[in-house]
Amino acid sequence: MTAVLDISHLHVFFDVYHALDDVTLSVGRSESFGLVGESGSGKSTLLRAVAGLAPVSSGDITCDGEAITGAHRSRAFFRKVQMVFQDPYGSLHPRQTVDRQLLEPLAVHGIGDAEPRIRRALDEVGLGPSFRFRYPHQMSGGQRQRVAIARALILEPKILLLDEPTSALDASVQAEVLNLLEQVRRDHGLTFVMVSHDLGVVTHLCERLAVMQHGRVVETLTAADLASSRVRDDYTRHLMTASRGFSR
Amino acid sequence: MSALLTVDNLKVQYPTRSGLIEAVRGVSFTLGRERLGIVGESGSGKSQTGRAIMGLTTPQAIVTADRLDFQGMDLLKASPRERRALRGKRIAMVLQDPKYSLNPVMTIGRQIVETLRTHESVSKAEARRRALAMLEAVQIRDPERVFGLYPHEVSGGMGQRAMIAMMLICDPEMLIADEPTSALDVTVQLEVLGILDRLVATRGMGLIFVSHDLRLVSSFCDRVLVMYAGKVVEELRASELSQARHPYTRGLLDCVPKIGESRHPLPVLDRKPEWAA
Ligand SMILES: Nc1ncnc2c1ncn2[C@@H]1O[C@H](COP(=O)(O)OP(=O)(O)OP(=O)(O)O)[C@@H](O)[C@H]1O
Ligand SMILES: Nc1ncnc2c1ncn2[C@@H]1O[C@H](COP(=O)(O)OP(=O)(O)OP(=O)(O)O)[C@@H](O)[C@H]1O
Ligand SMILES: [Mg+2]
Ligand SMILES: [Mg+2]
Repeated sequence: MTAVLDISHLHVFFDVYHALDDVTLSVGRSESFGLVGESGSGKSTLLRAVAGLAPVSSGDITCDGEAITGAHRSRAFFRKVQMVFQDPYGSLHPRQTVDRQLLEPLAVHGIGDAEPRIRRALDEVGLGPSFRFRYPHQMSGGQRQRVAIARALILEPKILLLDEPTSALDASVQAEVLNLLEQVRRDHGLTFVMVSHDLGVVTHLCERLAVMQHGRVVETLTAADLASSRVRDDYTRHLMTASRGFSR
Repeated sequence: MSALLTVDNLKVQYPTRSGLIEAVRGVSFTLGRERLGIVGESGSGKSQTGRAIMGLTTPQAIVTADRLDFQGMDLLKASPRERRALRGKRIAMVLQDPKYSLNPVMTIGRQIVETLRTHESVSKAEARRRALAMLEAVQIRDPERVFGLYPHEVSGGMGQRAMIAMMLICDPEMLIADEPTSALDVTVQLEVLGILDRLVATRGMGLIFVSHDLRLVSSFCDRVLVMYAGKVVEELRASELSQARHPYTRGLLDCVPKIGESRHPLPVLDRKPEWAA
């Protein structure tokens, strides 16, 4: 497996708080890799560290053969790597219409054909053209999330970092978005790293996954292993039991 | 069952340049001291229904209803002041985007303390103690640290739990929880649901639980409303969700990916115009 994203011995501190503690993982080209684990265990921080948005104190990140250091990321990096953030409200500009938010990445990277690209991007996430001139506060949670996904896909990146991309969507829209993600991955040989709390979603979309707790990766396993309960770690087992639903 | 809340023919409309957007189109239901689930299509009006009940709809919207009654109080006739006094104290809502809804320039702890002190006269020290206890109750690992953090410094799930803590601190009689656990891992999710469940069972709180997670709704709630295009299209006992009749609900159940099965692509809904009639 040729790794397209290699993370080794990564540490992130927020003041004295050790948010990522010696995280090592490797994601192959065109692989879809899942991250699951406890709330607050550092999943978003890990994605943000790759995107240059978290204070890395030590460790190495290699992306597509290139060692990346510090917090600076080139324009070429963002052409290649796009991120869908966990809370779409925070990542969308509150005073810009959907149209502007989709136009901006195209303008930054000097990409033409904006009009058809914007139409196609919205259509792919199931939003009609009537949404083009809405502001974030004029949309539902799931509609905002779909705009965020459309914005990440519009640049046709190689690597997509997805932080809970479907947790704000109802099951029918979730299925559409998951199918879309699979299709673009197949068509463009995309690599995914996806955080999700839903083990059904993770095993559907990802071949392998890492389980995180307290800033560490406690176990890396294949989706097939998880599906047949071949797990080593107690916390992973605990997650599997809890995923069956509420019992009184 | 005595109703805490009666909603009859609720409508929420947004006049825009390109015409009227009908976000909620005549929703009716009653809520007792129970767990009422609301599921439905993204954009079907779940959050707008909750906000209208709370009186949190933006001013440019038109909200009407034949009846909107909370414990004998006509909410549509209540003054803004009366509604503010209810909010946070007797009825509370956990909003869908907690990190956006929290005040970005105030620490989590201070926000909870202020909510409590707005509605109850307690000393600063007592308020702090109760806020910390509440954070601990919602399974925040390190309440002292999180108390002092700003919203952008907490994880998605921690923000959600901070919001829940803030809404529960005044012991509301009715809680509207809009996707309250979507950012929580499944184990913490069950712990938080356990808290809500006890509040319903022991204190008689009424709970409206909006969620996309059908598995969770069917195992946690008593009754479920299914919304589509601004209307309630089906009402079911939660335990009977799998026997739903409406084609939207049936389709929903079928699109959920489950561990151990392999369906690529997943089935998707073939939405019929008559569903939105
Ligand atoms: N800017 C920051 N300042 C201080 N602490 C931070 C900051 N960002 C994250 N943290 C802390 O790092 C830890 C990990 O956060 P992170 O958002 O990565 O968790 P997560 O695994 O994504 O959780 P969730 O599933 O709830 O989204 C949390 O305890 C959080 O409080
Ligand atoms: N300020 C506004 N102006 C115009 N339309 C709005 C406004 N706020 C909400 N809407 C529209 O009202 C409809 C209902 O929105 P609501 O937020 O209630 O959906 P929802 O059922 O909660 O969806 P989700 O599951 O995606 O959160 C949506 O189509 C939305 O675009
Ligand atoms: Mg996160
Ligand atoms: Mg909503």
